[in-house]
Amino acid sequence: MSSLQVFAEVLIAGLLTGIMYSLVALGFVLIYKASSVFNFAQGAMVFFAALTLVGIIELGVPFWLALLLTIGVMVLLGMGIEKFVLRPLVNQHEITLLMATIGLTFVIEGLAQLVWGTDVRRIDLGIKDIPIEFIADNTGILVSQLDLFAAVVAGALVATLAVLFSHTKVGRALRAVADDHAAALSVGIPLQRIWGIVWGVAGLVALVAGMLWGARSGVQFALVFVALKALPVLIIGGFTSVPGVIVAGLIVGASEKIAEFYVGPMVGGGIETWFPYVLAILFLLVRPEGLYGEKIIRRV
Amino acid sequence: MFYREAGKFRTSYAQDAQIFPLGLDKVMVGALLVFAFLIVPNIASQYWLIALLIPWLIFSLVALGQNILTGYAGQLSLGSAGFMAVGAFACYNFLLRVDGMPFLAAVALSGVCAAAVGIVFGLPSLRIRGLYLAVATLASQFFIVWVLDKFGWFKNYDPSGVITAQPIVILGYLFDSAAEKYVLVAAIVGVLALAAKNMVRSNIGRSWMAVRDMDVAAEVIGFRPMPVKLLAFAISSFYCGVAGALFAFAYLGTVEPSAFNIDMSFRILFMIIIGGVASILGSFLGAAFILLLPIFLSVLFHTVFGNAVDASMLSATELIVFGALIIFFLIVEPHGLARLWQVTKEKLRLWPFPH
Amino acid sequence: MFASRALKRAVAALVIGGTLAAGIGLSKEVQAQAAAAKLEQYFGIPSFRVGPFAAAGTGFFGGIIDYLTYINMTGGVNGVQLTWQECETEYIPARGIECYQRLLKRGNQQMHIFEPLSTPIAYGVLNRVDDDRVILTQYGYGRSDAADGRVFPWVFATLTSYWSGASAMINWIASREGGVANLKGKTITHLYLDNAYGREPLPVFRALAKQMGFTLQEVPVAVPGIEQTSQWLQIRQAKPDWVILWGFGAGMNSTAITSAARINFPRDRMLGIWWAASEEDMIPAGDAAKGFFGVANVPSGRQFRVVQEIEKTVYGANRGNLQDPKRIGTIYWNRGVTAAIFWVEAMRNAQARYGKGQVMNGDQLRWGFENINLTAVRAKELGIEGMLPNFRLSCEHHEGAGVIKVMQWDGTRWNTVTPDWVSSDRKMIRTMVEESAARYAAEQKITLRDCSKEK
Repeated sequence: MSSLQVFAEVLIAGLLTGIMYSLVALGFVLIYKASSVFNFAQGAMVFFAALTLVGIIELGVPFWLALLLTIGVMVLLGMGIEKFVLRPLVNQHEITLLMATIGLTFVIEGLAQLVWGTDVRRIDLGIKDIPIEFIADNTGILVSQLDLFAAVVAGALVATLAVLFSHTKVGRALRAVADDHAAALSVGIPLQRIWGIVWGVAGLVALVAGMLWGARSGVQFALVFVALKALPVLIIGGFTSVPGVIVAGLIVGASEKIAEFYVGPMVGGGIETWFPYVLAILFLLVRPEGLYGEKIIRRV
Repeated sequence: MFYREAGKFRTSYAQDAQIFPLGLDKVMVGALLVFAFLIVPNIASQYWLIALLIPWLIFSLVALGQNILTGYAGQLSLGSAGFMAVGAFACYNFLLRVDGMPFLAAVALSGVCAAAVGIVFGLPSLRIRGLYLAVATLASQFFIVWVLDKFGWFKNYDPSGVITAQPIVILGYLFDSAAEKYVLVAAIVGVLALAAKNMVRSNIGRSWMAVRDMDVAAEVIGFRPMPVKLLAFAISSFYCGVAGALFAFAYLGTVEPSAFNIDMSFRILFMIIIGGVASILGSFLGAAFILLLPIFLSVLFHTVFGNAVDASMLSATELIVFGALIIFFLIVEPHGLARLWQVTKEKLRLWPFPH
Repeated sequence: MFASRALKRAVAALVIGGTLAAGIGLSKEVQAQAAAAKLEQYFGIPSFRVGPFAAAGTGFFGGIIDYLTYINMTGGVNGVQLTWQECETEYIPARGIECYQRLLKRGNQQMHIFEPLSTPIAYGVLNRVDDDRVILTQYGYGRSDAADGRVFPWVFATLTSYWSGASAMINWIASREGGVANLKGKTITHLYLDNAYGREPLPVFRALAKQMGFTLQEVPVAVPGIEQTSQWLQIRQAKPDWVILWGFGAGMNSTAITSAARINFPRDRMLGIWWAASEEDMIPAGDAAKGFFGVANVPSGRQFRVVQEIEKTVYGANRGNLQDPKRIGTIYWNRGVTAAIFWVEAMRNAQARYGKGQVMNGDQLRWGFENINLTAVRAKELGIEGMLPNFRLSCEHHEGAGVIKVMQWDGTRWNTVTPDWVSSDRKMIRTMVEESAARYAAEQKITLRDCSKEK
């Protein structure tokens, strides 16, 4: 294989992995945009969603019905979180809310393992994680079917969310709430219902992320760690931008893989853990709020 | 009635600047110190000393460091476990490579090493703030652990990668029993906590709080942000480094980079949030909550349910109850446990009057 | 509204009440234990049942508890009943030490065997076991040089240490290639989790690479290993003949297999260490795992008599520890059962010498361990023919036979492909062990035990 082919393969693999990171980061962005809360529990929600889906399927329910049921469970979870955790803590400091989502992480992780057990399961999406023969035969580059499917799904999800935000009444209300809570309340937008909806949608995004990551790595506890991979994506893209998340995901995925492949062996490998974060710092030094983040205006 | 400020006249600046101005306060703190240093080592069981008190003190020290950085200086940081790792390995290497280095000097020097590393990784704070800074400090966490893991020099080229800490010898006296280690750790933590309390009440502390509250205004009135922020990073990392050295030497007995992982960094942040940001007492309370409450729950569940309920379900339930308690305490007192104590003291001052 | 005075008072009452309840409960339990501590041997079980490695923990510790229950139901050890208490470590060293201290004493009984199933926790308690007279058994993990019982009198590498395992794996690969001579010029990749566990076999692999003439490619994967694309692209470039998978946790292991499928690397040229070769690791990878070779220090399967007896006796009476009885005969459960078999065997040995039908203390149990002699006859009596090799432990040799079996996954179960046990290079490994142990002894200023004096 020529070195150009090798590079292309690494690059494509990186870009596709980056989209998987964006999927997870999307949940964070949605919640931060609407309620200014950094939802630490997003990783646990990904785990819980995937586990619930697989658990329901194992009970004998057909796939599509199980999917609908799981969506229902995640929406209910989102609304429950809004009612029992967020509403009592309205107007508290950002860091208190962060801590509350941390408590939530423990609750969701424990609940998932209590209800569904700790066995490792597999999820079958009907798409095998093997290279696409057409591309492999013609260019010699291996691209995974599942990765491409995930990219398409992520793209569709982002497009749907974009349409939702810009063309529906609910979407407009969400944008208003994200802009200014007090002003939204004053024009009659039901704040609490909007928050419930946002957490429900974030749960849905978590479910999609959980399904795709679960198909890759199995549905088990390690899924909560995908959230760690999403953090650099969030910084580079900005905490409040949906398109930013996609762009940042592509950047993080590609650079991480290229660095690990070319630079890694020279320093003993394993640089994937810290490289995206160092990259994020470099980006932040130029643009302290991320590429697409809202500029924080501080008044004295 | 007993705990009152009325009738206490101060005639010198020194009296005015006391940490514990009220008589009853002084008596209580004195009794606490006597209890902690003289009574506890003699009556506490091995279990209490090794498994509960020593880790609690060590994590209180880290939480102090984290509180200085995040609570007082307002720099949200998630790299404390990384600085602990620096301290632990620095102490190991100082004792290994410098003949006749006294233990306390090694601990202090390892704190200084951690401080130096802290300054380097604190540089982004001059440009980045808030949640973005928190995630950026994760870079320091991962990078430090990677460096300590990869380069065998730090571990003296040990094939297994887990090195055993040397025994603690101070002035020829060997500290190897649990009670002795406890007294040593308690002494170091006590001294450093006192230093921290005085630091935050001084000009340094005020400069931190000014930068935290409104850094543009702080700059306007003359606090230059770079020295203030970097000093916060340095001192906070010093505390974390010393705590890391104690963690390796007086508690675990082994030094391994992956013991100082991101989970620990997160837990340290949790400790100060639940304990109370910008509060010295809060560091101790938060460390107790995050560290000891899961153990307490585990003991409670095992005693009550024993072998009747499947152990996996018990473990999962412990997690759920722990998370629920965190949320519950936050709803009841969003400013942390230290605030609960503060409210109690204020009520005591007025007692028996309601207001 | 929420922070009302009444609520705050309720909180205070709850906390105080809970503390009192726990305190009373603890003291009551202590009294109960003191009263009932007649003829019972107490074991502390530091298990982990939640978190990323929960599948391993529930299987392994479930197997231990099931075997102990079985012994209890069949008359105990010469009439002595076995009791135990669990403590959740969550695989965290700090919790492991807390569990060690908590489990150490129960009433006036003391725990004498500690099996944490975690290398970090084992290291954490290593320097406490000597003083507490507790036997630290490392059943297929932990310090390889603990095989030298003169430096580590209280630590055992009970079955096969990592170094022996690594050597045996290379021997098996050589046999697949047609002999050691055929390994010259070939490339073997060591794909490992980037921590102490993953790096443990490196000295052995590097030494063997030099000795046998093959190229060793070392590819680390950052914890937790759920993303391995760049590592496998590196492997694709190197085009190795074999990939050794040294991972732990289904996240890393199943991802490695699916990543191999993504670059069309044949799974039947992969060999996983025994922590990368369980059913739980293969199932999430689905069809991609077919053909994958795994190492077993204890093979899986229900054909062994002891497994069938436990199923009939313990699970028949509904006293089984596994939540899902389908896991009987799986790798982790079998491993747990055999771990407990060692404990009971040591007890029997100790009782034979120090008093049949009595509770044994630490020193006596250690003597029992060091005199474990698993012959073919004894294996048949215990019902473990084919499950464990024949070996004996001794004062100097705290490691078992140092052999492995190799299995292949066919999509639903593991099938053993080596009818006999594959051995390691015993001489080379023992030399390495003694060197490393001697270095540790010099560093820690330990005087070597004189085994000839102890009999």
